Amino acid sequence: MSWLPEASSHAGRVDVLLAGLVLISLAVLGLVFGLMFLNIIRFRVGSQMPVPHEVVAHKSWRFEIGWTTATLVIFFALFVWAARLYVVGFQPPAGAIQIYVTGKQWMWKVQYPGGQREINSLHVPLGRAVQLLLTSEDVIHDFSIPVLRIKHDVLPGRYQSLWFIATRTGSFRFYCTQFCGIGHSRMTGTLVVLNSTDYADWLDHTPASGSLATRGEALFISNGCSGCHVSGRYPPDAQEPGRAPSMVGLYGSIVPGPDGRPVRVDGAFVHDAILHTGAGRFPKGRYTTEMPSFRGVLGEDELAALVAYIQTLSSSTPPGMGALASPPREGR
Amino acid sequence: MAEHLAPYDTPLHRDETAVAGMWLFLASEVLLFGGLFLVVLVYSHTHAAGWAAGVRHTNLAIGSVNTLLLISSSAIYTLATEAARQGHERRIIPAALGAAGMGMTFLVLKGWEWRLEFREHLFPGPDFAISGPEAGGAQLFYSFYFLATALHGLHMLVGIGLIVWVCYRVRTHGGRPVSPMVVDVVGLYWSFVDLVWILLFPVLYLIGRA
Amino acid sequence: MAPMPGSERNYLWQDGTVRSWLLTTDHKRIALLYMASITVFFVLGGIAAALIRLHLIVPTGAIVSDETYSRLFTLHGIVMVWLFLVPSIPVTLGNFLVPLMLGARDLAFPRLNLLSWYLFVMAGMLVVYGLFRGGLETGWTFYTPLSTDYTQGRVLPVVAGVFLSGFSSIATGVNFIISIHQLRAPGMTWYRLPLMLWALYATSVIFVLATPVLGITLLLLGFEHFFHVGVFDPALGGDPLLFQHLFWFYSHPAVYIMILPGMGVVSEVVSTFCHKPVFGYRFVAWSSISIAAIGFLVWGHHMFVAGTSLYAAVVFSMLSFLVSVPSAIKVFNWLGTMHGGAIRLDTPMLYAMGFIGLFTVGGLTGLFLASLASDVHLTQTYFVVAHFHYIMVGGMVSAYFAGLHYWWPKITGRMYPEMWGRTAAALLFFGFNLTFFPQFLLGYEGMPRRYATYPAQFQVLNVLSSAGASILALAYVLPLVYFTWSLFRGARATDNPWQATGLEWRTSSPPPTENFAQAPIVTHEAYDYAALAQAEDATRRETPHG
Ligand code: HEA
Ligand code: HEA
Ligand code: HEC
Ligand code: CUA
Ligand SMILES: [Cu+2]
Repeated sequence: MSWLPEASSHAGRVDVLLAGLVLISLAVLGLVFGLMFLNIIRFRVGSQMPVPHEVVAHKSWRFEIGWTTATLVIFFALFVWAARLYVVGFQPPAGAIQIYVTGKQWMWKVQYPGGQREINSLHVPLGRAVQLLLTSEDVIHDFSIPVLRIKHDVLPGRYQSLWFIATRTGSFRFYCTQFCGIGHSRMTGTLVVLNSTDYADWLDHTPASGSLATRGEALFISNGCSGCHVSGRYPPDAQEPGRAPSMVGLYGSIVPGPDGRPVRVDGAFVHDAILHTGAGRFPKGRYTTEMPSFRGVLGEDELAALVAYIQTLSSSTPPGMGALASPPREGR
Repeated sequence: MAEHLAPYDTPLHRDETAVAGMWLFLASEVLLFGGLFLVVLVYSHTHAAGWAAGVRHTNLAIGSVNTLLLISSSAIYTLATEAARQGHERRIIPAALGAAGMGMTFLVLKGWEWRLEFREHLFPGPDFAISGPEAGGAQLFYSFYFLATALHGLHMLVGIGLIVWVCYRVRTHGGRPVSPMVVDVVGLYWSFVDLVWILLFPVLYLIGRA
Repeated sequence: MAPMPGSERNYLWQDGTVRSWLLTTDHKRIALLYMASITVFFVLGGIAAALIRLHLIVPTGAIVSDETYSRLFTLHGIVMVWLFLVPSIPVTLGNFLVPLMLGARDLAFPRLNLLSWYLFVMAGMLVVYGLFRGGLETGWTFYTPLSTDYTQGRVLPVVAGVFLSGFSSIATGVNFIISIHQLRAPGMTWYRLPLMLWALYATSVIFVLATPVLGITLLLLGFEHFFHVGVFDPALGGDPLLFQHLFWFYSHPAVYIMILPGMGVVSEVVSTFCHKPVFGYRFVAWSSISIAAIGFLVWGHHMFVAGTSLYAAVVFSMLSFLVSVPSAIKVFNWLGTMHGGAIRLDTPMLYAMGFIGLFTVGGLTGLFLASLASDVHLTQTYFVVAHFHYIMVGGMVSAYFAGLHYWWPKITGRMYPEMWGRTAAALLFFGFNLTFFPQFLLGYEGMPRRYATYPAQFQVLNVLSSAGASILALAYVLPLVYFTWSLFRGARATDNPWQATGLEWRTSSPPPTENFAQAPIVTHEAYDYAALAQAEDATRRETPHG
């Protein structure tokens, strides 16, 4: 089943699963159609075949139990096989390159850690783990890369994650596969997998307006975040930590969530905190100020930059390259 | 077999069928409101603060009076069913109309409450009254509030209509006894509407208020 | 009893005024009113399908704009699901047969039954109004926030229409359940009910318990679209996934509304044309109930890539496999029924066998989608489109046609032309596979659904599919023609042309308004062909010159 190229080892494993499903289906279909035709040939009115008396079963429960258990066993095996392959998608490896992808009616905007941006195309290096952080500015889209056999819905106002290691160079198509309005079928683009030297070359020759984190730093000042939040280099005016929680070391730390259970601060957490769409975890009056919502003020690409910047304020994260890959946030 | 009864065998059979039908319809209604309560379940959790802020802005006084009204209304209606069972035709009408009247009072109060809320800009929208971090959750709450109370109000209207219809039938049948099941079936519906409110009341007025 | 030309005293001709039809409370006449209405909607949805297939012959789109294309498949999906397939078998064959099979005079609430037809017609008019005056481009799934904040389409009339049609469904469901509980003829125990009634009972449970959830979901949606603020609004932190949960909580059970009645029909037809009791009657009966019950627990399998939690995905996948087991039981029992029977390959049987084959293909590909990792690749592609058409068109529509042919003599008192019937059934099977099998391959190669234009590499398969669709259209037009013909010219039908056992065959064809001249008494299991033969012997002896 491979006229659709496999561009990752995951794709190969999915194809094996599909082949397994096809084989089982063919067997079942053979059985169903075979029995149907045999029955017709033997038992049709006017058939020339003699009908021996003993073939007609009268006690049915033995058969019932037989085929029910057989089906159950096959189903359970298929379920486990497929689920194990799926679980992998939720666990991006450490050190994955984080690329921000924003869907918008009807285009894909892509931002790289180095500050490069492009529209409707995605460049990735061969053999390295890449994590896509997906979000949307309007309706629900879906980012689908058939050669990698992966896709994920892209929702407004929150981050979803997809990760992969490409194992074959070349240009492949990606699509928007969630109906998002009349331009839906035009919301496609090209995935370009380059070997590492070509990739470095491409990064160098693509104009970048400072790295993503640098842009975020500028935004952090221009939007007045630094007026309240401590961020190492930019203490708020009065050097007063009581105004707002410090941003230093926040990313990647484990904090008590609103319902008391510990949560790890990741991109989605920061994103939601800035928009006030997350669950505020501090009781009223804990700080002397109240944070305004930046919903409608900051676009998704600016949020991506801010998130990238706040990541750099945690010691374990080398600038821009998100070594501490955040586990993708699970939906509510 | 009396032909006008078809498809039933006896009047009793017909009445039992009607009651069974009403129960099944109410099961369906439970799931209608069930979908609404799912919304509560989700958002009162994920937007606890904003949701609670919304609850704090509702009018507890009117809500409580309305709850009392509805409970008494159902209680009074049982007098009508009792009267019907014992064959006291004439006692049905005052009890039923009493219940319906209390229902009307409920609706009037509810309308007034809505008016107050519109004035305070509690209807979600650009000039919504509550601002700050809680605004989102509170607007979600008020979206829910208006839809839930409107839907419940609509059910009240239907219920009141049914009660009036029962009274009308009792009157025009003049002398011939009205089957107590008719009164019963309407009573079932009325208690259901009441029950929905008893679940809505804490959700809209109490939980999160403190 | 031979029909007496001229002096016909049956429900069809007893009172021919338009008024008597529009105000009838006779379940048989209401069934025919419904049949006429859903045929109109089927043709409407079918024309949209034809335009879709025509458009997709060329990668850049052959005939319409992107916008019109979006409106076309939205119209096609909404009309086909809510105005054709959900009501199809229950409101036509079901309405006609439930009282007859129970040995009753009518349904439990005849006036409610008429009301449900009027609701349905109003619903249909609202939907059609919305879809033609302005149109709607959301797909039949109405996902938020597209449908609330980002569409100029006519959301309100369409949603109101679907909402009303829901009430019509609930009324039908209540009527069937209560009738089956209350109106069974003397001696008709639960385990003597024909399997069609078990299937309709299970369907009705879904009607009554799932449809209201769709109702409230659509109310919330309409509210939000109208006031531009509401409970799914992501701008307020609202959760668009909540809409999907609510929508699929209805719509997954609804897909079983769209298959269980078909399974009921197939059980009847297979038994009759094998002249043999259904193998494992109780298993088939209870599998209907368990499909309906477990069907409420699997909605999450439409959301494997939507952003729900890993835990939810795993549980929903497992439950989706579990809900497939009762379907497997049915398929094997039908095959068991054929074994050792006296098989006649008349038109209804051909359609029924088409059902078994195509439903199995559709169901097996459902397993591809229930499997998590493969769903990630296949979801939202043409693979899904092919999956559900195999079940809904190859399965349910075939079953509807099987039922129509099977009960046509009872409904109209006329026979359809057998040769043409077999031709249409064969054409359907062939045209159907040519239309939808290529779509499995398209889906695997990654062609997304709801695309007005597509990359050129997919063209060959698309052209094949469109070619198949034209054959398919022919296969649907053909019965339309010969049924109409037979209504006036068909040979007169006897009371029991198929030698079947159900109570409906014990009254005349077509039945009198009061269904049975004498209230029937049931003394045998369902599908007791030996008893049928004895009874016929007895009557033959009583009236030697009959
Ligand atoms: C009548 C309608 C109908 C029916 C009956 C079904 C039945 C099933 N469906 Fe389908 N489905 C739809 C209509 C239907 N579906 C529609 C309309 C959609 C798309 C909606 C949209 O997005 O627009 C959909 C989508 C859909 C999805 C989501 C795809 C996606 O969007 O990603 C999934 C995933 O699990 C699924 C699974 C199943 C399963 C497991 C069954 C099972 O019930 C099938 C069970 C039957 C069998 C399995 C065959 C018989 C069994 C045997 C002969 C036994 C032997 C087999 C073995 C031993 C292997 N369906
Ligand atoms: C429920 C029932 C149902 C039925 C019966 C059908 C029947 C058909 N469907 Fe449909 N389909 C859906 C339900 C159904 N479909 C749904 C729910 C969707 C998803 C919508 C969405 O994405 O939101 C869908 C989507 C869908 C698509 C995908 C569109 C897309 O994603 O871009 C396609 C494409 O080929 C298609 C094709 C067909 C065809 C060729 C038929 C054929 O079987 C139809 C054949 C019938 C006729 C052609 C009518 C008979 C002809 C006459 C009576 C004479 C008049 C006709 C002419 C003069 C031409 N359907
Ligand atoms: C007027 C003061 C103020 C401004 C301006 C401000 N914040 Fe805040 N911020 C706060 C306060 C107070 C809190 C803690 C209480 C809360 O969660 O609302 C907070 C919380 C946060 C948190 C969550 C921290 C945690 O530990 O939960 C993040 C992330 C954050 N702010 C980022 C930003 C960014 C980025 C900007 C600029 C775009 C910004 N803030 C602007 C006052 C401010
Ligand atoms: Cu974006 Cu479809
Ligand atoms: Cu489903």
